Amino acid sequence: MRGNNVVGLLFSNVHEERVRELTEKRAMASVPFGGRYRLIDFPLSNMVNCGINKVGVLTKSNYQSLMDHLGSGKAWDLSRKREGLYMLPPFGAQSSISNSRIDSLSAAFRFLSSSKEEYVLLSDCDIVANIDLKKVIAAHMEKQADITIVYRYGKIPPKVSNIGVLQLDPEFRVRDMLIDPHMEGECNFSMNIILIGRQLLMKLVEDCISRNLYDFPRDLLQRNIPHYRVYAHEFTGFMQVINSMNAYFEANMALMLPQVRAQLFCPDRPIYTKVRDDMPARYGLGCHVTNSLVADGCQVDGEVHNCVLFRGVKVAKGARLENCVIMQDSIIGRGSRLNYVVIDKDVEIKEERSLMGFQSYPVFISKGSIV
Amino acid sequence: MLPKQEVVAMLLAGGQGSRLGVLTKNLAKPAVPYGGKYRIIDFPLSNCVNSGIETVGVLTQYQPLVLNDYIGSGQPWDLDSMDAGVHMLAPYQRGRKADWYKGTANAIYQNIPFIERYHPDYVVILSGDHIYKMDYSKMIAYHKEKEADCTIAQIEVPWEEAPRFGILNTREDGSIYEFDEKPKKPKSNKASMGIYVFSWSKLRKYLEQDEADSKSSNDFGKDLLPAMLEAGERMFAYEFNGYWKDVGTIESLWESNMDLLDPHTELDLGEPSWKIYSRNPVMPPHYLAPEAMVQNSLIAEGCNVYGEVDFTVLFAGTYIAPGAVVRDSIIMPGSRVEEGAVVQYAIVSENAVIGKGAVVGARPEEMDDKSKWGVAVVGENCVIAPGAVVPAKAMIDAEEVAK
Repeated sequence: MRGNNVVGLLFSNVHEERVRELTEKRAMASVPFGGRYRLIDFPLSNMVNCGINKVGVLTKSNYQSLMDHLGSGKAWDLSRKREGLYMLPPFGAQSSISNSRIDSLSAAFRFLSSSKEEYVLLSDCDIVANIDLKKVIAAHMEKQADITIVYRYGKIPPKVSNIGVLQLDPEFRVRDMLIDPHMEGECNFSMNIILIGRQLLMKLVEDCISRNLYDFPRDLLQRNIPHYRVYAHEFTGFMQVINSMNAYFEANMALMLPQVRAQLFCPDRPIYTKVRDDMPARYGLGCHVTNSLVADGCQVDGEVHNCVLFRGVKVAKGARLENCVIMQDSIIGRGSRLNYVVIDKDVEIKEERSLMGFQSYPVFISKGSIV
Repeated sequence: MLPKQEVVAMLLAGGQGSRLGVLTKNLAKPAVPYGGKYRIIDFPLSNCVNSGIETVGVLTQYQPLVLNDYIGSGQPWDLDSMDAGVHMLAPYQRGRKADWYKGTANAIYQNIPFIERYHPDYVVILSGDHIYKMDYSKMIAYHKEKEADCTIAQIEVPWEEAPRFGILNTREDGSIYEFDEKPKKPKSNKASMGIYVFSWSKLRKYLEQDEADSKSSNDFGKDLLPAMLEAGERMFAYEFNGYWKDVGTIESLWESNMDLLDPHTELDLGEPSWKIYSRNPVMPPHYLAPEAMVQNSLIAEGCNVYGEVDFTVLFAGTYIAPGAVVRDSIIMPGSRVEEGAVVQYAIVSENAVIGKGAVVGARPEEMDDKSKWGVAVVGENCVIAPGAVVPAKAMIDAEEVAK
C-alpha cells in the first residue's frame, strides 16, 4: 500500500555555506556522495519509502544541477498523475535574499495550501542517513503531538552553528530547546527533520512573518514550545551530518564499513538515484584495488586503496590512489600519486602528478579542473 | 489512427533456447543475463532506439514472465512513447481459432494487424539471441539505395566455422543469388546474421502466400526467403563489420562474456554515443574488501568482494566470501560464493549459493581427458553443498539438487 497523509518538503539549500567548496556550483542537495548518489537521494528516498506520495523541493539558488538530477522524479517513483515531485523555486517579488527557512516556506504557501495531506514532513538535505520515517509518523500519532522533531543523542558535530539542543521529559515531550548552548559531552540535538500539521505550519509561518521573525529554530520552534505539544523521536542508526569538508570526507570513508553500508543501503528501504546506464566497472590486468567502493562505468588499471570512485572514473596504469574521493568522470593519469584528495566532477589529473593532503585536511580539486 | 511510422521493428523473442539448458528453464533466451548488468534483449532494443526506430514489437511465446516483467513499459530504453514504443506480442485466440506461433514467419503473419496500424514502409526483423552493436538506419538506407525488396545483414566468419551458418552467395553488386543453409563446402564465408529489412508491401504478400501453403514450415530462413529469391525479388546482402556473436550455446555465451574482459575487444559497452540501456538495479556501488584480489574483471553494482576474482563477470548483488576464488567464470545476479569455494570455467545462474569449500568446474589444463572438458553450469536458486564437487561440463538444476 502506498500513500499516507503526509506531504514532504525539502530545503535544498540550507547550510550550503558549511561546505563552500562543494556548493560553489551546485545546491547542497545535489552534492555528490557515496559513488553514485546526491545528498538529496537520502531524504527523498526516506520519504518515498515511508509512503509519501508528494514531495516539494524548495530551492533558492544554483539549482540547475539539482533539476537535472531530479528530472521528472521517475527514479524515485515520483513521476505520477496523482501527486509526485514539485520543484518550488523562489516565488514572487517578495522573496528576499535572506537564506531562511521561513522565507522559503512562505514562498511555498500555494503548494502547502493546495495540498490535501494533513501533515508536512520538513527535512534538510545535509544528513546522510536511512531513516524509517514510518516510525516517526506513528510516534507523532501516538503522542497526539503537534510537532515531532527527530533527534540524535550524541556529541554535537563540531564547529556548527544553529544546532537545537532538546531538553526532554521522560515522555519524550520537548520541555526546552536551546540553540547553540555551551555543551560538554553528549546531548539530544535536533536533526532538523520535523513532522508538523500542515495548517499549523502555515499558521506559525504567517505568525512569524507578521512579527518580522525569520529564524526558523528560534522563532518558529523555540518560541512555540510552551504553546504546543512538541515531541521528539530518537534516531539511532548510522548518520553523518555533512557540515564541513572533513565531515564530507569522513562520511564517504565510513561507507567502507560493512555495518554502515548495511544500515544505509538496507534492501527494505533502498536509496534511489538517477540512472546513468553505465557499463559495469572494468578492472584491468595488474590493477590492485582494496577496501574501496567503486561505481559502474569505472575503468581501473592502477592501484586504489581506501577510495570512493564515482561513476565513470578512469584510473590509468601506474597511478596510485589512497584515501581519495573521486567524483563522476574524472580521469587520473598514468603514474600519478594521490593521497587524501577529494576530486570534484570532470577533473583531469595528468600523468605523474602528485597531490597529498592529510586526514584532517583533504585537498580539494574543483569541478572541471586540469592538474 | 496512429501516426505513420516509416520503420517498424519486430523482435523474435519466443525461442526456448534449449541449448542453454538450465539457464533458460524459467525464462526465454532473450532474457538471459549478459555482461554484468544486461540481458541479451538489451542489445537489439538499444540498437533500435539508437538507430531511431521507435516502434518495436516483441514476439514472445516461451516462458514470457521474466521477459514481460523486464520490458515493462519500455521506459529504460525510452520506448514508452505516446504513439509508438515497445509492445509485447504473445499469441492469442481469435474467433474459434487459437494458434501458437508455428514458425518465425507465422509469428509475423499473425501480427500483420499490429504492423498495419503504423502503415510502415519498411519492417526490420530481429532476433533476441545475438550480442552486437549495429546502426539499423544505415542498413535501411542501403536497402533504399538498392531499391531492394529484402536486405539481409551478413558478416564474415572464419572459413572453418562457415558450415555452421546460413551462407549468402552474392554477385558483385551485392545481390543474393543463392542461400546455402549450413553448407558442407561453403562457397563464401559471408554468413547471414538473421537481421532482415523488408519493404512492407512485399513482406506482407509473401507472408500471406507462405501461410496459404500448407506444406510450408512457416520459417523465414527455410521457406519465405527462398520463395522470394525464386520469384526473382530484389534481395541484397548488407555487409556488417564489427563484433557479433550468437550466444545460443553455453560455450558461446561464456565466450562472449569473456570477450568483454579483453581490453582490445571490438565491443565497447562504455561508448557514450551508443549506450546499451537496461533496467538498472537499485543498489549501492560495489565494495572490494582489504583482502580482495580483483583483476581482469567486470563488476556490477551491489557486489561485495572479499575473495579472489580473476577473468570474471560479476553481476549485480553477488557476494564473494573471503578465501573464495572465482576465475574465468560468470556469476549472475544475487548469487553467493562462500568461503574457500573455488569456481572456475563456470556459469553460476541467479540466486545460487556455492557452499563453503565447494569446487565448481575445472581448468582445461587439469583435465586428463580434454574431450570431457566444458563450462560447468549451476542453475537458478541452486544450493551447492559445502565441500561438494561439480565437475566440468556438468549442468546442475535446483530441483534435481533438492531430490
